Amino acid sequence: MSTSLSVRSAGVMHWRFVLQLIFTLAVCAFMIVPVLMSVLAGLTENYLVGLSSGLTTRWIAEVWGLYADSIWLSIYLALACLGCTLLLGVPAAYGLLKCRKRWAAIIEELLLMPVAIPGLATALALLLAYGQFHGFRGSWLFILVGHVLFTLPFMIRPVLAVMQAIDVVRLEEAASSLGAGAIQRFFTVILPNCTSGILAGALMVITLSVGEFNITWMLHTPLTKTLPVGLADSYASMRLEIGSAYTLIFLLMILPLLTLIQWFGQWAARRASRSVQ
Amino acid sequence: MSQSLLTTGGQPASRAAPSAQARRHHGKWLAHWALAPALAFFLAFWLLPFVQLMVMGAGADSSSGEPGYWAVLTHRQYLFSLLVTVLLSLAVAVLAVVIAAICGCFLARNHFFGRSLLLSMLTFPLAFPGVVVGFLVIMLGGRQGLSAQLGQLLASERWTFAYSLTGLFIGYLYFSIPRVIMTVMAACEKLDTSLEEAARSLGANSWRVIADVLIPGIRPALISTGAICFATSMGAFGTAFTLGTRINVVPMAIYGEFTNYANFAMSAALSVLLGAVTWLALAMARRLSADASLGGA
Repeated sequence: MSTSLSVRSAGVMHWRFVLQLIFTLAVCAFMIVPVLMSVLAGLTENYLVGLSSGLTTRWIAEVWGLYADSIWLSIYLALACLGCTLLLGVPAAYGLLKCRKRWAAIIEELLLMPVAIPGLATALALLLAYGQFHGFRGSWLFILVGHVLFTLPFMIRPVLAVMQAIDVVRLEEAASSLGAGAIQRFFTVILPNCTSGILAGALMVITLSVGEFNITWMLHTPLTKTLPVGLADSYASMRLEIGSAYTLIFLLMILPLLTLIQWFGQWAARRASRSVQ
Repeated sequence: MSQSLLTTGGQPASRAAPSAQARRHHGKWLAHWALAPALAFFLAFWLLPFVQLMVMGAGADSSSGEPGYWAVLTHRQYLFSLLVTVLLSLAVAVLAVVIAAICGCFLARNHFFGRSLLLSMLTFPLAFPGVVVGFLVIMLGGRQGLSAQLGQLLASERWTFAYSLTGLFIGYLYFSIPRVIMTVMAACEKLDTSLEEAARSLGANSWRVIADVLIPGIRPALISTGAICFATSMGAFGTAFTLGTRINVVPMAIYGEFTNYANFAMSAALSVLLGAVTWLALAMARRLSADASLGGA
C-alpha cells in the first residue's frame, strides 16, 4: 500500500517535472525565436524569398554606410557617461555612507527618480527647461545629461554596497590613526578597496547608455542620432533586412557586456560566499 | 536590469554602525562635499526642470483652454488613454508574474543539463531597449512575420497582430518576463524546503502546498516585481513607438501632444500624472513587500 502510494507520487512528480519543463521551454522559445529570426533576416539576401536566396553580409555593410555615425556617437556617449557617473557617483556613494541615515535614504530616493519615472517625462522636463539654449540643445552634451541622470543610481548602488560590506569606516580610522589626511584617505584607501563595485557599476552604466531610447529620442537632433535612435529610424523607413542587420550589430555590441556583467556577478557572489566561510 | 535597484532603493541595507564618536571624527564636511556634485547636477537637471514641468501642467491646454490637469481628467480621449494604459499594464504585470513564477520556481528547484542556457535565454532580453522589443514583435506578428508566414501556409491569408493591442501586449510581456525571473528564483531558493515537506507529511496535496506554502513564501518577490513590470509597461514608449499602433497609450499621447500639436501644457500634465502613477506603484510595492517580508519572517 505504502509502496504503491510512493510509486504513484513519484509518477506525479515526474509528470509535473515534464509539464513544467515543456512550459519553460515554450517561454524560452517565445524569448529567443524572434531574436533568431531577426538575426537570420539580417543575413539573408531576401527575407521574403527565404534562405534559398542565399546568405549575405551586404545588409550589414549597408547599415555601416548609413548609420556608422550613430554607432560611434553611442560609443563616445557611453564612455563620456561612464566618466561623468564615476566623477559624480563614487564620491556620492562615499557621502551617502558617511551622512546621516535618514538623509541618505531621502537622497537615494531622490537620485532614483529618473529611473523610477518614465524617461519620456524626464526628457520633456529637460527639453522645456533647457530647450531654448540652442547651442546646448543641439549638441550631444544634451543627450549626455539625460544619460547621466538615468545611469547615476546604477553606479552609486554597487559602490555603496561594497563600501558597506568592507567596512570602509574602520579602514579609514586605521588610516587616519596613521596620519593620512581626508583627501589622501579617499584616494589611497577607499578607492582601491571599491574597485569591484566600481567595475560592476561601470559595466551597467555602459550597457544602459548604449541601449537608452526613451530619453534619447526626445533629446536627439538630426545631427545627434544615437544607435537606438538609428534603430527606430531604420525600423520605420528601411526594409526589414536592414533593420535586422542593424539589430544584429546592436546585439553584437551588448552581448559581450552582458556576459561580462554575468561573469562578474557570479565571481563577486563566489568571493562573498568564500569570505563568509 | 533595474529591478534590484527599484525594490531596494531608499532603504539602505543595514550598515555596520560605527561608533558615533568615530563618525564625528572623520569630518562631516568631507561627506557633504562628496555629495555636492551629484546633488547639484540632480538639482539643476532633474529637480528644477521637473518642478517647472509640474507648473507647466497647470497651464492652459491649447485645445480647450482649461488647465492641463483638469483637461486630462475631464476629456474622454485622455481618460480613455489613461484607462487603457493602466489596464494593459496591469494585465501584463499579472501574466508576466504568473509565467515567470512557474519558470523561476522550476529552474530554482531542478538542476539539469542545459539549465543555465535556459536561464540566460530568459534573462538576456532584459537589456533590449523598447524599440528592439517592438521590432521583435514585428518579426513575430508583422506583415512579413512568423504568424503571417504560418497563416499564408495554412489558410492562405496573412495573420498579423503586431500593430494592434495584441502586439503591444505581446511586446510588454516580452520585456516583463525577464524582469521577474531572477527575483523569483532568488526568493524560491531562499525558501525553507522543510516547510513544504512538513506540509506534505501532514497530508497536504501538491496544490495545497503550492497555495499555502510556496506562494505565500515568495509573495514579496511577486508583488515587487509585478509593480516593476507595471511601472515599466506604463512608461514603455519605445515599443509602442516602433509598433506605431493606433492605440493611444499615454506615452504616445504625450509624444503626440508635444510634437504634433505643440500642446506643452497637456504633454506636461500627462507626463506628471504618468510619473506619479509609476512612482506610486513602485513605492507601494516597496512598502508591501517590506511588510510582507517582516511578517513572513
